[in-house]
Amino acid sequence: MKILVCLSNVPDTTSKINFTDGDTKFDTNGVQFVINPNDEFGLTRAMWFKEKQGATVHVATVGEASTEPTIRKALAIGADEAIRVNAVPTDGYFVAEQLAEIVKNGEYDLVIAGRESIDYNGGMVPGILASLSGMNFVNTCISLEIEGNNATAVREIDGGKEKISTTLPLVIGGQKGLVAESDLRIPNMRGIMMARQKKLNVVEPISASKATDDVKFEKPASKGQVKLVDADNIDELINLLHNEAKVI
Amino acid sequence: MSVLVYTESENGKFKKNAHEVASYAYEVAKQMGTTATAISINATESESLGDYGVAKVLNVSNDRLKTFNAKAFAKVVGQAAQKENAKVIILSSSADTKFLAPILTAQLEAGYVPNVVSAPESTSPFKVKRTVFSNKGFAFTEISSEIKIIGVSNNAFGSSENKTTATVENFDPSLGEDVFTTKSIEIDKVVGKATIADADIVVSGGRGLKGPENWGMIEELAEVLGAATACSKPVSDLGWRPHGEHVGQTGKPVASNLYIAIGISGAIQHLAGVSSSKVKVVINTDPEAPFFKAADYGIVGDAFEVVPKLIEKLKEFKAQNA
Repeated sequence: MKILVCLSNVPDTTSKINFTDGDTKFDTNGVQFVINPNDEFGLTRAMWFKEKQGATVHVATVGEASTEPTIRKALAIGADEAIRVNAVPTDGYFVAEQLAEIVKNGEYDLVIAGRESIDYNGGMVPGILASLSGMNFVNTCISLEIEGNNATAVREIDGGKEKISTTLPLVIGGQKGLVAESDLRIPNMRGIMMARQKKLNVVEPISASKATDDVKFEKPASKGQVKLVDADNIDELINLLHNEAKVI
Repeated sequence: MSVLVYTESENGKFKKNAHEVASYAYEVAKQMGTTATAISINATESESLGDYGVAKVLNVSNDRLKTFNAKAFAKVVGQAAQKENAKVIILSSSADTKFLAPILTAQLEAGYVPNVVSAPESTSPFKVKRTVFSNKGFAFTEISSEIKIIGVSNNAFGSSENKTTATVENFDPSLGEDVFTTKSIEIDKVVGKATIADADIVVSGGRGLKGPENWGMIEELAEVLGAATACSKPVSDLGWRPHGEHVGQTGKPVASNLYIAIGISGAIQHLAGVSSSKVKVVINTDPEAPFFKAADYGIVGDAFEVVPKLIEKLKEFKAQNA
């Protein structure tokens, strides 16, 4: 089985978000970039398929050279080979078209991408990629088993979960649950050394369309002062929620 | 050239978000000088969408579509858009709709913008405001493609009644076997209880509750309020509560009217995930907990003393206001 894991390079979850250039750009100053958490759960599941079922795992990202530390980390965790499409990921459709080109050339059986990136939260790359590549698709996937050509996936739905059966080739939009948080791996020294020898292919983007453009950004309005209620005066809290906030 | 809206239903009944997206579609149609058409699948009482400003409903009755199937449902919505020559399509933010949206986007070669929080800033150019960076910011996004798909954030725009009479037309999409290549085997879903996605009130517990055995009072509080239960990331990582309850940046977003955080300190990732909730209440022993800076109301106190009292008082309140 040949697996492609799609990675997005995103600000660490603890990052404070600021904008620059008259609020038209994300301010990367002082921001630590990491593998998108939803992708990392997928990468870890791919490692399981590699170790237990002998799968080959490639990783791909669409990004400039500055994203290479993130890709190297994936290689250090155990991916066999990496591909970087040398382009700024302008919108989800553009990224999906670039990845579809890699899928077409690489004959992958399974593509794992995060259900969304935690920066622009588009949540569209895996689904568009599946459609462009003519592959089956399961989103918000929290469990995945493969046997031969058959896949059994569990996806999260509002208020529960759904078990789905389908076949390869398959794209999944992954998230936490594919593996547990405690299963995520920190690269060890041997992995980091080996990653240096592994192939990181840089390819130029194909011409693709861009449908959306973020023209301006804004930070949420700052919150007013919290109203503290004494722990012995629960009636007051209920009164505030009923008469002032009108939520109960 | 009407605005098309996909109104979701479950067991024949429209979901709460169907009314919200219908209201949104009415607003967009008004801005564009046209009307709103809804596409509904196996819903009864389609004409009720007229209460929310929908002028026409394309009604699909098809036994193969009794269970949600993203590819098939995307096909139906796409064919409805072609029939109506719709250039703007309005969707909700439910798990099912976020599953079909990218498939529809590829099918129509559209521009898709999810997590939209308000009516369009302008329709020419088409510009909407959406959340980005997991609610830590907003972007104003222009869509340049001919067909535009808008995903409306849960509980952001709200439902509004705009009474009109909806004409209902039967619509028979053409679906080949190629759209049924994923099969639903089993659905495991809580019934009769509010879910995090559509609850008006969410009650959430953190590590301050010390262990899973102490969740009885959280569940009781939720029951009194008709609320959904949720938890912080550490609680789900420790296995005290199921993953499906984890809310925050890497879990589920919360956009309820009221969010009550109990024993949750308020890490930046958690606050981002719940920031779309309209009113936030925090109960925590530590007055320095970051959540107090993000909350509207707070009680500094021990959850094990405060929550039982709150349950008791709420029961009295409910009895009086029933």
